[in-house]
Amino acid sequence: MDRPIRVLVGKVGLDGHDRGVKVVASALRDAGMEVIYTGLHQTPENVVRAAVEEDVEVVAISILSGAHMTLFPRLLELLRENGRDDILLCGGGIIPEKDRLALEKIGVGALFGPGTDTTEIVSYLEEEVKKRRAR
Amino acid sequence: MQPNGHQLIDGLLRGDRASLARAISFVENAAPSSMKILDAVYPRTGKAYRIGVTGPPGAGKSTLVSRLVGELWSEGKSIGVVAVDPSSPFTRGALLGDRVRFQEIPDDPRFFVRSMASRGSSGGLAFRTGEVCDLLDASGKDVLVIETVGVGQSELDGAAAVHTTVVVLVPESGDEVQAMKAGLMEIGDVFTVNKADRVGADRMARCVEEMLHLGAGGDGWKAPVVLLSALSGDSFPLFLDALRRHEDHIRKSGDFARLKIERGRAKIEEIVERERNREFWKRSEVECSFEEALAQLAGGKTTPYREAARMLDQFRREGK
Ligand SMILES: Nc1nc2c(ncn2[C@@H]2O[C@H](COP(=O)(O)OP(=O)(O)O)[C@@H](O)[C@H]2O)c(=O)[nH]1
Ligand SMILES: [Mg+2]
Repeated sequence: MDRPIRVLVGKVGLDGHDRGVKVVASALRDAGMEVIYTGLHQTPENVVRAAVEEDVEVVAISILSGAHMTLFPRLLELLRENGRDDILLCGGGIIPEKDRLALEKIGVGALFGPGTDTTEIVSYLEEEVKKRRAR
Repeated sequence: MQPNGHQLIDGLLRGDRASLARAISFVENAAPSSMKILDAVYPRTGKAYRIGVTGPPGAGKSTLVSRLVGELWSEGKSIGVVAVDPSSPFTRGALLGDRVRFQEIPDDPRFFVRSMASRGSSGGLAFRTGEVCDLLDASGKDVLVIETVGVGQSELDGAAAVHTTVVVLVPESGDEVQAMKAGLMEIGDVFTVNKADRVGADRMARCVEEMLHLGAGGDGWKAPVVLLSALSGDSFPLFLDALRRHEDHIRKSGDFARLKIERGRAKIEEIVERERNREFWKRSEVECSFEEALAQLAGGKTTPYREAARMLDQFRREGK
């Protein structure tokens, strides 16, 4: 049997709602994943440190504060500095199309808008991790 | 990143965070290389003081651990935390949320946290917890804190044994405590009734004390009961004091070193049992005769006891 997917779920930035990330975290758990939930108000440094220690395959971050164009690149940079740019960074938030494309270009995975059906997120992660494990 | 075994071992012995994390995954997944890693680091284990923290979900274990770790950290110690939460037996998924409580602890290489899902092993304890602790131990951590859910299972026995077991109860734990009766004292060295800010905490603490009096303390240690609030820090120094006294007791009695031998014994038994089983079931003749036995059983021609005895007999004869 395949080992469960390990994924870190957290929220970076100052806005204080955790309902959305908790819904996603529970959905991923119900899909059989091991979800490391780090909570609100994380700094990119905190997130990457946790990702390294927990040896996750995926980091899924919610950013609603509008700072996605600085935070996602910073997360990528820190993952690279820690020798872990093999980890899939993806996330969600209110992110305009043009920003999304720009972020995808520098190596960020899928970014889901608010209210995305969680089954869509689950199948995306399952597929991506399968591809990466096969490498 | 796909480092080889030697790089990982060197890295983790140097205390490198990423190597330690990868090695833990290999061990947790029982990867083929994990035995080699554990074998290589074994001589470096046995230095860390191991503290287990158990109690019902939501009792405040992580809050207490966070406070404890903060204290040890300010004393200059290096600390490893392993936080175990149950996996769903149906989906195998798990929500590991203990890190939420560890935000206060500074970003420092002296501190390492790992969340583990129990992955279907009985009790709240992940099967590989003891080995994961060995890796942290070998990486140079002074103190290990292992948080697990549950009261009363002898989860931390054997390969995952610890020096001090802390049981965290709350004012609402009456039923759990009553169910344990005199057995309560078997499961902990230091008892805490957390959430002392809530009604009923006093009464709960007195109830635990009475239960502990029922048992006979054989090893010269009388388990204290500490009423505290992990959240506000009220009476936390009393808890620290109880921990220190138990550590003294363990070091003076020689139990500190004995634990490594105990773990070693449990490990040998586990490996021998596993390999012997594997060898047994691997024999193709056994497989055939198992199928046969099942068919006979379905036909009502035999009993499981007779068939097991026959298969073992056959195995012994062929082994010669
Ligand atoms: N009132 C009160 N709440 C506490 C205390 N200690 C922890 N809590 C709360 O209890 C909840 C569960 O705490 P947590 O440490 O995650 O419990 P665990 O599941 O045993 O690890 C959290 O909301 C804590 O803030 C305390 O001393 N008093
Ligand atoms: Mg906890």
